[in-house]
Amino acid sequence: MALFGFGRNKDDQDKLEAGLEKTRSGFFGKISRAVAGKDTVDDEVLDDLEEALVTSDVGVKTTVDIIGRIEARVAEDKYVTTKELQALIRDEIASLLLESAPERPASFSAPLPNQPHVVMVVGVNGVGKTTSIGKIAHRYKEAGKSVLLGAADTFRAAATEQLEIWSERAGVPIVKQYQGADPAAVAFDTLARAKSTNADVVLIDTAGRLHNQVGLMNELSKVKRVMDRQVPGAPHEVLLVLDASTGQNAIRQAEAFTEAVDVTGLVLTKLDGTAKGGIVIGISNEFQIPVKYIGVGEGMRDLQVFDRAAFVHALFEGGDA
Amino acid sequence: MFESLSDKLDAALKNVKGEGRINELNIAETMREVRRALLDADVNYDVARAFTNRVKDKVTDESVLQAVSPGQQFVKAVYDELVYLLGDVHVDLNQAKRPPTVILIAGLQGSGKTTFTGKLANYLKSKGRSPMVAAADVYRPAAVDQLETLAAQVGVPVFSIRGEDGVPLNDAVEVARQAKEEARRTGRDTLIIDTAGRLHVDEAMMQEVVAIKEATEPDEILFVVDSMTGQDAVNTAKAFNDRLDVDGVVLTKLDGDTRGGAALSIRSVVEKPIKFASTGEKLDALTEFYPDRMAQRILGMGDVVSFVEKAQEQFDAEEAEKLQRKFRTQDFDLQDFYDQLQKIKNMGSLKDLLGMIPGVGKAIKEIDVDDDAFKHIEALIQSMTPYERANPQKIDGSRRRRIANGAGMQVQDVNGLLKQFREMKKMMKTMSRLSGKGRQVDLAQLTRGRGRR
Repeated sequence: MALFGFGRNKDDQDKLEAGLEKTRSGFFGKISRAVAGKDTVDDEVLDDLEEALVTSDVGVKTTVDIIGRIEARVAEDKYVTTKELQALIRDEIASLLLESAPERPASFSAPLPNQPHVVMVVGVNGVGKTTSIGKIAHRYKEAGKSVLLGAADTFRAAATEQLEIWSERAGVPIVKQYQGADPAAVAFDTLARAKSTNADVVLIDTAGRLHNQVGLMNELSKVKRVMDRQVPGAPHEVLLVLDASTGQNAIRQAEAFTEAVDVTGLVLTKLDGTAKGGIVIGISNEFQIPVKYIGVGEGMRDLQVFDRAAFVHALFEGGDA
Repeated sequence: MFESLSDKLDAALKNVKGEGRINELNIAETMREVRRALLDADVNYDVARAFTNRVKDKVTDESVLQAVSPGQQFVKAVYDELVYLLGDVHVDLNQAKRPPTVILIAGLQGSGKTTFTGKLANYLKSKGRSPMVAAADVYRPAAVDQLETLAAQVGVPVFSIRGEDGVPLNDAVEVARQAKEEARRTGRDTLIIDTAGRLHVDEAMMQEVVAIKEATEPDEILFVVDSMTGQDAVNTAKAFNDRLDVDGVVLTKLDGDTRGGAALSIRSVVEKPIKFASTGEKLDALTEFYPDRMAQRILGMGDVVSFVEKAQEQFDAEEAEKLQRKFRTQDFDLQDFYDQLQKIKNMGSLKDLLGMIPGVGKAIKEIDVDDDAFKHIEALIQSMTPYERANPQKIDGSRRRRIANGAGMQVQDVNGLLKQFREMKKMMKTMSRLSGKGRQVDLAQLTRGRGRR
């Protein structure tokens, strides 16, 4: 497992594979059935492949792209066995997923390029922003970094209380105001506090908002702008949290949030359900935004650094590989 | 990137129109396009395939192939099939014979259960009921606080059990059971039980919600689902329904720009009615669900019904009846036209209104629509005498000059208005004749949805 780097241990891999179990049995099972008893790739196999990809929420556009490239390969090589097809699909999907940029290291123990390193977390309602922040805070703390949380979700009832409970669990301080306070002011204060206490990492929680609500998206842009005034260059990362069960609307979300606050990475949550999270393949393909973390359970440790090799590996090979 | 389904149909049907007929080849091509558009709207793969097969059977019927306008028949076939799949009629909440009516809320994490619980309490309260909410989500940090805050905003009592340290009791079944007793004791007629979000593959949690069901014997179990959910929606809905035998489905976050294909899929797989649509952050942003409106949304047809409803706020039934008669008998005059303009102005911003009309919304997205667009027309009509308004054909040259002067405009402007008005009347004549005979696609029928099959 060391092959995949990033301090991944056996536990993590097991967890990911367990989390992806459903994805695999759906996705891999379908491909297996699609190619069963066949020697070569024909239209029927490609149709079944299309179904497997679409039902994993990969999206029609990206699916058509992938199938098109495989068709081209098949036409070129004349003869592709179904075994080769599997390798081909794996390569294609892996090549669509991006690695995190070096100035935004995904590993929690890696040295950070800024101090404080400011991370703003955004997304639509109910995707798991606050929970993800709790888990990320815990992982950074574990890696020996000092973390500060900013409760800039001042809208939803009890959102601050929820983040507060996470701050207690992770053992990290939090900056908060009252419900209905100006979120930009909370963010500003949080960064001021981070500077005076020499925090390594600052995580700013924001209220969930639907991406088509112009007023709320403008508010988010403002929260981001204000941070730059307190710490030049901040936020250094903007993470968009996506629910793995979201369908094609996730593409719209990525588009709108990128336009408003320049998303630098994705967090894919709730991957322990039967949802396939295939949307990240589509988003990577269309927006060139890497997946940074994945959430695979409810526990404090159930957040992992995304590793595309491991992801695709888990998707296709299963636990015994 | 997300072309609407109706756009795709239009594009696919261009070929058909060119050839004047639908043939098997262009049906196959069109059906593939329709299927892809449905998948883009997150309609489940199997549902989409079954759907296109049924539409195909319908349109390959001889009568459609020979019809005068196969294109419209095609769209209508798709629309009808959608409404049918979404459930023909709206279904109300169940009520207990002996109060309290117990409503159990269940769903995945983040689907919006707690917010919906608050909204439902608010909705019931506005209908004269006396609801109480129970906080049986004992896992998510601060979930109980969230429900308490919402209940305070709505002004309904909330039941929760906290220990001496203020930490909620870690036993959801007990909370729910005691809540029902409390509701009965305090004479509340409805109890809404909010539960923790759970994955349908989490066996322990699924057992818990079944235990809550057994302990409280709910009259109504609502499965809450995020309308942005993708292909997996069907699996979760099926799993919840298998365990709980739910009575209805609630779609949340419909104020986003999702097409909500998940709704279509869930309805057709679990065969349970969708009862509510939740459409915003405010507590009153909850509406009863109407299948035909959802069908229009999935098709990208605009929201004709909401348009009509806005109109209905301005026009009462009697007036509408009168107006329709005028359309038919050609008695519609400039005074009527003027009155209509006033009412349209009262309906809200012109751009918003136009956006609800199929096909128009997208076309005007980038254009600034001037809300004063009617100003000149109004000025011209205001300069006319009642006789002139009732008899536009009697407006001769000298009257035109006087009207133009009165409105501070040119004679050409008067001519323009009168010409427009004549054309409008001609159109009305055609339309009322069409709907009278009902031979072509009947617009009224299309917006009303399908009452019978």
